[in-house]
Amino acid sequence: MSERVVELEVLRYNPETDEAPHFQRYSVPCREEWVVLDALNHVKEALDPTLSYRWSCHMAVCGSCGMMINGEPKLACKSFLRDYRGVIRVEPLAHFPIERDLVTVIDDFVAKLARVKPYLIPKEVKPLEAGEYRQTPAELQRYKQFTLCINCMLCYAACPEYGLIPKFIGPAAISLAHRYNQDSRDGGRGERQEEIASAEGVWECSFTGACSEVCPEHVDPAAALQQVKIKSTIDWYLEHTMPWLNK
Amino acid sequence: MAEQVTTRRPYVREVPKTHWFLRQPRYLRYMAREVTCVFIGAYAVFMLVAIARLAEGREAYDEFLRELASPAGIAFQLVILVFALYHTISWFNVTPKAMPVQLGESFVPGWIIVAAHYAGWIAVSIIILALAGAF
Amino acid sequence: METITADVAILGAGGAGLRAAIALAESAPALRIALISKVYPMRSHTCAAEGGAAGVIKADDSLEQHFNDTVGGGDWLCDQDAVDYLVQEAPRELIQLEHWGCPWSREPDGSVAVRPFGGMKKQRTWFAADKSGFHILHTLFQTSLQYPSIQRFDEYYATELLVDDGRCQGLTAIEMRSGQMRHFRSRAVIIAGGGAGRMFPFTTNGAIKTGDGMALAYRAGVPLKDMEFVQYHPTGLPSTGTLLTEACRGEGGVLLNRNGRRFLQDYGMGPETPLGKPVLKTMELGPRDRVSQAFWHEQQKGNMVATQWGDAMLLDMRHLGEKTINERLPLVRDMSISYMGVDPVTDPVPVRPVVHYMMGGIHTDIRAATPLAGLYAAGECACVSINGANRLGSNSLTELLVFGRRAAISAAEHLASGARPGNDAALEARAVEAQARVRELFQRTGGKETIAGLRKEMMHTLEQNAGIYRSGEGLAEACAKLADLRRRYAAIELHDKTNVYNTDLLQALELGSMLDCAEAVTVSALERRESRGAHQRLDFVERDDQGYLKHTLAHYQGSAAPRIDYLDVVITKSQPGVRDYSGDHP
Repeated sequence: MSERVVELEVLRYNPETDEAPHFQRYSVPCREEWVVLDALNHVKEALDPTLSYRWSCHMAVCGSCGMMINGEPKLACKSFLRDYRGVIRVEPLAHFPIERDLVTVIDDFVAKLARVKPYLIPKEVKPLEAGEYRQTPAELQRYKQFTLCINCMLCYAACPEYGLIPKFIGPAAISLAHRYNQDSRDGGRGERQEEIASAEGVWECSFTGACSEVCPEHVDPAAALQQVKIKSTIDWYLEHTMPWLNK
Repeated sequence: MAEQVTTRRPYVREVPKTHWFLRQPRYLRYMAREVTCVFIGAYAVFMLVAIARLAEGREAYDEFLRELASPAGIAFQLVILVFALYHTISWFNVTPKAMPVQLGESFVPGWIIVAAHYAGWIAVSIIILALAGAF
Repeated sequence: METITADVAILGAGGAGLRAAIALAESAPALRIALISKVYPMRSHTCAAEGGAAGVIKADDSLEQHFNDTVGGGDWLCDQDAVDYLVQEAPRELIQLEHWGCPWSREPDGSVAVRPFGGMKKQRTWFAADKSGFHILHTLFQTSLQYPSIQRFDEYYATELLVDDGRCQGLTAIEMRSGQMRHFRSRAVIIAGGGAGRMFPFTTNGAIKTGDGMALAYRAGVPLKDMEFVQYHPTGLPSTGTLLTEACRGEGGVLLNRNGRRFLQDYGMGPETPLGKPVLKTMELGPRDRVSQAFWHEQQKGNMVATQWGDAMLLDMRHLGEKTINERLPLVRDMSISYMGVDPVTDPVPVRPVVHYMMGGIHTDIRAATPLAGLYAAGECACVSINGANRLGSNSLTELLVFGRRAAISAAEHLASGARPGNDAALEARAVEAQARVRELFQRTGGKETIAGLRKEMMHTLEQNAGIYRSGEGLAEACAKLADLRRRYAAIELHDKTNVYNTDLLQALELGSMLDCAEAVTVSALERRESRGAHQRLDFVERDDQGYLKHTLAHYQGSAAPRIDYLDVVITKSQPGVRDYSGDHP
């Protein structure tokens, strides 16, 4: 069964026994087609049951297993061992406090997600009996890619702004607001602007573009943020030159 | 185990404020792009100096042109040209992200939007050169 | 111990739990809702469902047809009054989701699109590309954020229900991050904790599907119903077990054996339909139990493709074309390439049946109420029964919505009926006892058994003896094995005895849940001496309506095996008939 022995360097931290995080090395017999998550599962099952980490679906849709693998934010379930040589360094997702081992504290992200009003605020209220809102395939395409976010936070780990300025609302949250802004059924852009067209919101972004580079679902949050910037700028000019126009 | 007092102690990993961009190649590329603005700014100042010299009269302006042709002057202009080109190319390349153009159910391919920017750049350059009497 | 008081506690924040929370928050904003989950809501396994949710909307379709397809698909073990309720409420629930922003795929005119699905005579499966469950979950989660009355307790693992005075009045749960036990005090509890597919070694289910909600109700005296009915989804990836949606076949994909033959026609699902033009309810669009059983028979004949992970059949989608695959099955393409190294655009993908869904679960009535006052259940963890002996694809996502809401209505009615106040001292005492039971795990030393070891043995015996085809001998062996494993479970010692985010403890408790549920599965299966739907016996090959047109109820008996008794199926309009998936009949 063991086709390759992989050396894992895993960052451990237990607040009850450790002053600070430290690396621990494991030699793991692996199958060729395995991903890093499979190797971690083997560690937990056969070598060290005390290792803590989050995972569930193993198909890159639940967003649980985000980690730093050789310094790069990745989903452990989609990091194929065949793409790595030598020792593989596994650390908890950057820019979040470490709770325990590979488990981070994600309260900040969850709070920010809620802040941007990421739910449909309908343009016109329609009773259920009247059926569905019509939305053409073209209208669906307008926002579809921004619906694909699995909340894995790899973008927050990659974003240097978020790393240096933690109050930044961040790529995923703002992209989710943009998803609703672009939805033809929605009329809530004005309400969301208060949160996202702010100093903590989109104007903290300097278009590094790291978020889009690491996003496993090709949401392209960098694009969403720049689009929000342009729309917000147009808003500002209209508001100040033609205040009689409704937003 | 005492259970009213928590044993949690989340550990915050500090991001080094002065050399964070050395940690990953993509950060270095980003800083290189950002640094170009310093050189664009320097060229803007340079243009102001040129206008000021022009206002001072023929002699001052000719002196200025001689400084431009000196080895130091040429080196200065080459460096600025390299950074200005990198600035322009890197920004042009990301324009499709900021301005997606949707036609029906599909989006105009990114390269077309980028190409349109280059075309516009060339067109404006030709117009300015024509006005300056280059043709 | 810190006590958290709420009016309603909901355990599980997947599709059913979130739907229940929203229903309560909307209809009764003054109620305090505690939404408790061992994972953040967006990690719930609803996210992995791909194909879609069934609801009648086409002009040529009718509630009656959806009803008949479901009841027949369930081999007449479905409670027909409940199925009536499901099909009736389904369209409204799906439109409600759309009103909340769900990005359903559309027809050119902007109306919601539907696709063909297994066992359904008409197209009625609403879908959002091939990530329907993901979009439903995120729509519900994001919608729930606008209700301040929903207070979330993310990453809390519930250990016991608190029952006093014949009523369920709360639960104890471990706050994972601190390891501290909390006492949740509520006047009603809704369990929406999902299924227990992780008891099997090859499953589409994620790590979290360990049957904790089922076990909690079971140990509190609520019977688990129809546990022997475990669904194998025909098209899982052999390497990881993860799911390739039934929609692959709905869009026209076909299943081949090693000789390139569409072998389903040899098992009563023929005649062969034209390539790329699937005919509903026949061939590859037959029901999941029949397709998985056909695989098993072909495998016995040696007609399956040998892969390094075992035998497989081939799912051929090449004739669909790249455009259709990218548009309607993008996740499928990504997963096939990433995890199998096969691009469905150019090659057939090896697939095999893997455990996917549990038709059985916590016994509830048509109001989502369990026999225990104050306790409700909805979703995969519950058994109403909508799905009977075999679930049709795309009925489950609909079930989450319809019965999630129904459970909320029932819980609210229970609160409004004014139950007498609870006995604080008694409940506190029970909470303290529950805490002590968990602490005892920390105090054990010299443990001879390992979590991983017992888990492996459990998985092995289930795979061997409680798979697609079962026998009395095999089931008896499984029952004995599981009884033995449950005994040995008492000898597990924790390797990690610390408190902060202790996943060794979590896995130990999850194993306990799985062992209890697994024993319910095998004992129920042993007692059902017939073949029906997903429960197929080599020693009792016929369906026996005289003897077994009834639900199995497994009652928890502590360390002893569960006591089995039976409950009649509610038959209203549809008398048991022949399940005919051949193309010869309309």
